[in-house]
Amino acid sequence: MLEREGALAFWLLAPTLALLTLFIAYPFVRGVWLSVTNSVVGVPGDFVGMKNFTKIFDDSIFRTAALNTFIYTAVTTVFKLALGLWLALLLNRSFRGKSWVRAFILLPFIIPTVLSTLAWKWMFDPTFSVFNWLFWKLSIINSRINWLGDPELAMSSVMIVNVWRGVPFYAISLLAGLQTINPDLHEAAAIDGANRFQRFWHVTWPLLLPVTMVVVLFSIIQTFADFQLVYVLTGGGPANATHLFATYAYQIGIGTGLLSEGAAISLAMFPALLLVVVFQLWYIRRVENR
Amino acid sequence: MAIFTRRKFLQASGAGLAGILASHQAPVFAQQSTVHWIKWNDFVPASDELLRKTILPEAMKQLGMKINLETVNGNDLQPRVTSAIQSGSGPDVFMLFNNHPHLYAASAVDISDVAEAIGSAQGGYYKLCRSNTNDGKKFMSVPWAIIGGMIAYRKSWFEEVGYSKFPATWQEYHEAGKKLKAKGRPIGQTLGHTFGDAPTFSYPYLWSWGGKEVDEKGRVVLDSKATVESVKFMQAFWKDAHDEGGLAWDDTNNNRAFLSGTICATLNGASIYIESLRKPDQYKTEKGAPLKSDILHSPLPKGPAGQFGMHTFQSHMVPSYSKNQKGAKEFLKWIHDPKNFDAWFLSQKGFATPTTQVWEKHKMWDEDPVMAPFKVAGRLGLTPGYAGPANRKAAEVLTKYIITDMYAKAVQGMAPEAAVKWAAEEVNKVYAGT
Repeated sequence: MLEREGALAFWLLAPTLALLTLFIAYPFVRGVWLSVTNSVVGVPGDFVGMKNFTKIFDDSIFRTAALNTFIYTAVTTVFKLALGLWLALLLNRSFRGKSWVRAFILLPFIIPTVLSTLAWKWMFDPTFSVFNWLFWKLSIINSRINWLGDPELAMSSVMIVNVWRGVPFYAISLLAGLQTINPDLHEAAAIDGANRFQRFWHVTWPLLLPVTMVVVLFSIIQTFADFQLVYVLTGGGPANATHLFATYAYQIGIGTGLLSEGAAISLAMFPALLLVVVFQLWYIRRVENR
Repeated sequence: MAIFTRRKFLQASGAGLAGILASHQAPVFAQQSTVHWIKWNDFVPASDELLRKTILPEAMKQLGMKINLETVNGNDLQPRVTSAIQSGSGPDVFMLFNNHPHLYAASAVDISDVAEAIGSAQGGYYKLCRSNTNDGKKFMSVPWAIIGGMIAYRKSWFEEVGYSKFPATWQEYHEAGKKLKAKGRPIGQTLGHTFGDAPTFSYPYLWSWGGKEVDEKGRVVLDSKATVESVKFMQAFWKDAHDEGGLAWDDTNNNRAFLSGTICATLNGASIYIESLRKPDQYKTEKGAPLKSDILHSPLPKGPAGQFGMHTFQSHMVPSYSKNQKGAKEFLKWIHDPKNFDAWFLSQKGFATPTTQVWEKHKMWDEDPVMAPFKVAGRLGLTPGYAGPANRKAAEVLTKYIITDMYAKAVQGMAPEAAVKWAAEEVNKVYAGT
């Protein structure tokens, strides 16, 4: 049987297909179905069409959460990319203890998110914040900074933690990309008189772009659906200032037991993410075919 | 690997069989009846230990069944119950908080026989216990305990600013708090998204001004003069008297702040005082005396419409998927028998108040006058959604933190009328939905 190519391919693909069906396709289809019913915990519910979507779009907390998610993803992605690239360029140089530094850089990414976020929660604590203590000792502030209690500052604090956690992923992935670039190209450009910036802009950046796009794609998807950071740091507060799609969907679906509405909130992410994925895959293909 | 010969096997199994025959009881794994009970990790850890080491072994002996106790973080109970109901398998007895039984009514076994028997034998349930667990058709769960929410305050600090008794009204509390905040000792209160201390403050505060989300007939009446007055008062009260970091607090921040001496008063369960009793050498006043000697408790002050409270409430539901509903009911009946419940109640030292009135007469309440106010916690308590029924809609308003956020928005600078209008619109949408 293994002689026949088609059958072999089928059997090799079967485990992956089974896993994808079980853990991706089935929950997705089930989520779509839930979102068009009036199901609550323990009650399967009936088909209600787009009623849940009408309800959530009329919900001011949902609109806040949607806006928050876009801002959160956009701002953190820019920072993560800039800092990640900078770090990757630094790590691509030769220096003593390079492998140690590379390993340490990964720490924020490796530590379980809930654990590291709890540590951040302590650092932002309204009463015992170590930042406030430090700034006060350095005479930078004379009253406490309300890190998680002020709506704007709370969002900024959540973003800071997300950037801190996300930069290593960018740095290491981009570093891997940098190392595939042939040093001869740089030497040739240098001989032709290109300065450091020109070499980066005309040699490194174009060659790194496909990798960058893939990294950004993954990162946007992950950040858009972020849950743990906000859940641990603020629970979506103060007054919904930090709610994201995922935390609000959880609050409605699991907290209130309105499974169908929770599913609708989760699915509201889907069109936006689909657009991002389609655009980036199209762009990567264009870059590769150039 | 150890070699297991036929001779050894015969010896071991022969001894095992002889043991079973001698004890007249099948080994645990062979018993038909097992009850899986899931509850929160108690804030008084000694109580969970008592259950595991003493109470449950006794229950197993008397009832002839196996009881598995699983304890999880309070916040994890809802995800567990949702997934158990959806998948149709899981624990046989579920601890639920507050009005959550209404969320799971369709999946709860009618447990009226057990609950009514306990209620009538023990002087009747408090109103809040019945509203949280009974939807008018059946008891969805058996009331377990009330975690009384009272203001823990620093006696000496209030005396220093001229209050030998705790302020009786919101105005007095405002004045006292203003003087104390000026001395660097503000009131600590959360207005964050946290299930315990935020709503147990914001709801009774609203009621005490005469504001309600719905009236007796379930009509939304939040946007009222009384509600606007309560929000206006809150804005000034917050700025003058509160620790403004409270907007981000969860249920543990006020405990830490109080124990470290940065706030003068906070609404809480008795856990602050119980912790100070447990570690008298660690928690001290600024004069070096044990902190426990400077803590007293008081209900929330009165407003123009009266004095109210809302307490964290716990009950136990038997889900309809359970294969051992009979065993689960037997167990709940057994543990609520006063002679079995008494030891657990004592181990709580007043942190949890029982749900029936007969326990107010228990001698435990005379042992420590600081804990005495908790004795009647159940009498003052109402349920979210007051003055309407404690139903699914009320639970939705609660889990969306709409009432708490109304105050949070106002203290962040939104005009009181606008904050009330926003909240009323949100409440309207919840009650208008099917």
